Amino acid sequence: MDFLDYVQMTRGQKIAYNIKSFFTGIPGAIAGLFAAIGRLLKKLFTTIGNGFKGYGSRFVKGDIGTKLSYVIMGAGSMLHGQIGKGLCFLVTEIAYIYFMMTFGLSYITKIYSTGVQVDEKTIVDGVIGKEPPHYEVDALFGARQVTNLDTLDDSNKVLLFFVLTVLVCIAFFAVYITNTKSAYASQEIKASGKKPMNFLEEMKMFLDERFHVTLLIIPVVGLLTFTVLPIIFTIFMAFTNYDKAHQPPGNMYWWVGFKNFAEVFYSSPLKSQTLGKIIVWTFVWAIFATFTNYILGIVLALMINKKEIKFKGFWRTMFVVTAAVPQFVTLLIMKLLLANAGPVNSVITGMGLSAIPFLSDANWARVTVIIVNMWVGIPYTMLISSGLLMNIPEDLYESARIDGANAFQQFTKITFPYIFFVTTPYLITTFVGNINNFNVIFFLTGGGPDSTDYYKAGQTDLLVTWLYKLTIDSKDYNLAAVIGIIVFIICAAGSLITFNMSKASKNEEEFS
Amino acid sequence: MTNTSTSTMQSGYAAKKKAINTLIYVILAIMVIIWISPIVWLVLASFSGDGVSTGVVPKTFTLDNYIRLFVEHDPNTGEIVPMSEMRFPYLQWIINTFIVAVLSCVISTLLILMVSYAFSRLRFKTRKTFLNLGLILGMFPGFMSMAATYNIMEIFGLKQQLLALVIVYSAGAGLGYQVAKGFFDTIPRSLDEAAKIDGATRNQIFWIIILPLSKPIIVYTALTTFIGPWADYIFVSYFMKDNESAYTVALGLFKMLSNETYSEYFTVFCAGAVLIAIPITILFVIMQRFYVAGVTGGAVKG
Repeated sequence: MDFLDYVQMTRGQKIAYNIKSFFTGIPGAIAGLFAAIGRLLKKLFTTIGNGFKGYGSRFVKGDIGTKLSYVIMGAGSMLHGQIGKGLCFLVTEIAYIYFMMTFGLSYITKIYSTGVQVDEKTIVDGVIGKEPPHYEVDALFGARQVTNLDTLDDSNKVLLFFVLTVLVCIAFFAVYITNTKSAYASQEIKASGKKPMNFLEEMKMFLDERFHVTLLIIPVVGLLTFTVLPIIFTIFMAFTNYDKAHQPPGNMYWWVGFKNFAEVFYSSPLKSQTLGKIIVWTFVWAIFATFTNYILGIVLALMINKKEIKFKGFWRTMFVVTAAVPQFVTLLIMKLLLANAGPVNSVITGMGLSAIPFLSDANWARVTVIIVNMWVGIPYTMLISSGLLMNIPEDLYESARIDGANAFQQFTKITFPYIFFVTTPYLITTFVGNINNFNVIFFLTGGGPDSTDYYKAGQTDLLVTWLYKLTIDSKDYNLAAVIGIIVFIICAAGSLITFNMSKASKNEEEFS
Repeated sequence: MTNTSTSTMQSGYAAKKKAINTLIYVILAIMVIIWISPIVWLVLASFSGDGVSTGVVPKTFTLDNYIRLFVEHDPNTGEIVPMSEMRFPYLQWIINTFIVAVLSCVISTLLILMVSYAFSRLRFKTRKTFLNLGLILGMFPGFMSMAATYNIMEIFGLKQQLLALVIVYSAGAGLGYQVAKGFFDTIPRSLDEAAKIDGATRNQIFWIIILPLSKPIIVYTALTTFIGPWADYIFVSYFMKDNESAYTVALGLFKMLSNETYSEYFTVFCAGAVLIAIPITILFVIMQRFYVAGVTGGAVKG
């Protein structure tokens, strides 16, 4: 289905087509998502299976050197004449064993140890293991004061170093497999009568055939340490009792299974109600924030780009300037302007009307944040759709005019379908962005007005600002982690379905 | 149809058109006023000599607010307080933000260029897997794992330090490769092929051929990564906690509006906000075209 085919349809056909494609598209996209996950799993298992097969068959077919490198890494390479490479493998193996013996292994065992006795009164959980059997629950948590902090492990450290050790093990396993492959490859080369590459030649490959390794190694290590590691850490945190009462060092936290999830979904009425209300408001907010900005932004762009309108640059710059000022500045100004005793209300009361509780009444605050978000967001949409408007092929309008279409018809038949067609991916990213829109809510209302019906949240709080409050104000790290996982699932499902629906990803080779 | 009726129709059409255009001018003018007036109010308040006022236009004007950003007098002795003891050391925040911004700009730009070049020009076995993993990782909102990142920094001995911010802003930068990759995708492949035939390695192609052609995208990447730290509030507020000497501008200005200092420092806040908004606004206006190309996935050519 091409854009041009679409434009040529009659109105009735268009409506029918739109309704049809909307409903046929959704199940297809969801099915596509599951199919993609299925394909991914299948591929994963085939890769693992093939890996094992290759691992075994290389051992069977290998000579003494290759067989030896299954135990002593690098032995094969060295015996086949690749001294430098072999030494590298050997050093890696020794370093790994040393790391595991002195450091890694202890954390692997500590991750699920039972209690450690600190003094006769207090039994503290070893590290993160189970809740100790004789643990005395004290309402004031005073009994948990431990006299000698040195004997206590820091739960954060244990959890972190455990994850780190697992990552190191995976990395080492990859090197180990490479070692067996490389030993076998050099054996084959030797058998065919050639000489395997020397160390220098092999290193030079990292500037050419293997240049992608050189380019990607640093970004990947950076991502693993400061993005993947924290994410795994956070997911683990969701299964512990890491809250205000369990703050290491000095106190420990331990595994509690799915308790936090249960609390948030049903077992704690206050928390589950809060979650329900916040999710509903998050979606209401995201829908309004996205579509008001989208439609009005396009209308604004149309007005500015209308042929007869002069000073286009001036109008555009005026709006771009407001978008360019850092958001925390503009939003704080808005908050001050709309305060109960702020300038806007002083103008309103000056006219003899009563002041409006823009940000202090729940319903007013909800309307206000959506309207202020329009102020923040419309310039962006205007900027983007201005660029798109210039791209609409002029001959489309030309032929429409010849057929007698008026300006309104040109808009509904050409301009809007075209823009909608091109900006659908943008619309969805904006929607996800609005679900995660921290700034507007936090700086304007701070999530407030507060209410006792909510657990540590206010009536305009989104999932993300609730997460922030749980982390900063109440130190309920475990709950915050659960919310984070929920946010991720919502965003990931939405994005993946769209990603499947949009064909943009398939066209990436077009230019090459 | 007579001549007269045609001309009336035409003039009627022209009048209608004129009326529509006038209406659009009026709407645009009203909108500009709505959009610009908060910013005008900010600028006016930054020169205001009446402290906090509910009025729209201040009664007296002064440069004091700008001076107070940099100089503080001891209320008892009247002497100038050294920067380290100032209540709100604005200059210190600027220096902090600048250091963080420059470092994370350099590191992020390098990482983004490396990743996007690899994904755009090189074909290797795990490429698709990496692209998909990158897509999924990019869906985690960065601050979702903020507490964990803080703990990691603490264990690495970087608690409440500027270096921790640099790492947070730049370590994950590799994920922001899409815009630069889109740019590299448009550079003709024949250039690579020709160089390859002449015996150039992929490393040389990257440095000698691709990078000199990529100035616009390098500038864009550098500017966006440079601006980031000036506007971020979430990470700084969580990472710096009460270590005021390591605040960045955004957090520091936010603290000026806390309940205890609000009435005394409100106009100073406005002055500080104006000072940092000016350079950022200029940078943004310069690179708006790239911004559009970035979010629409290169759909814009103009």
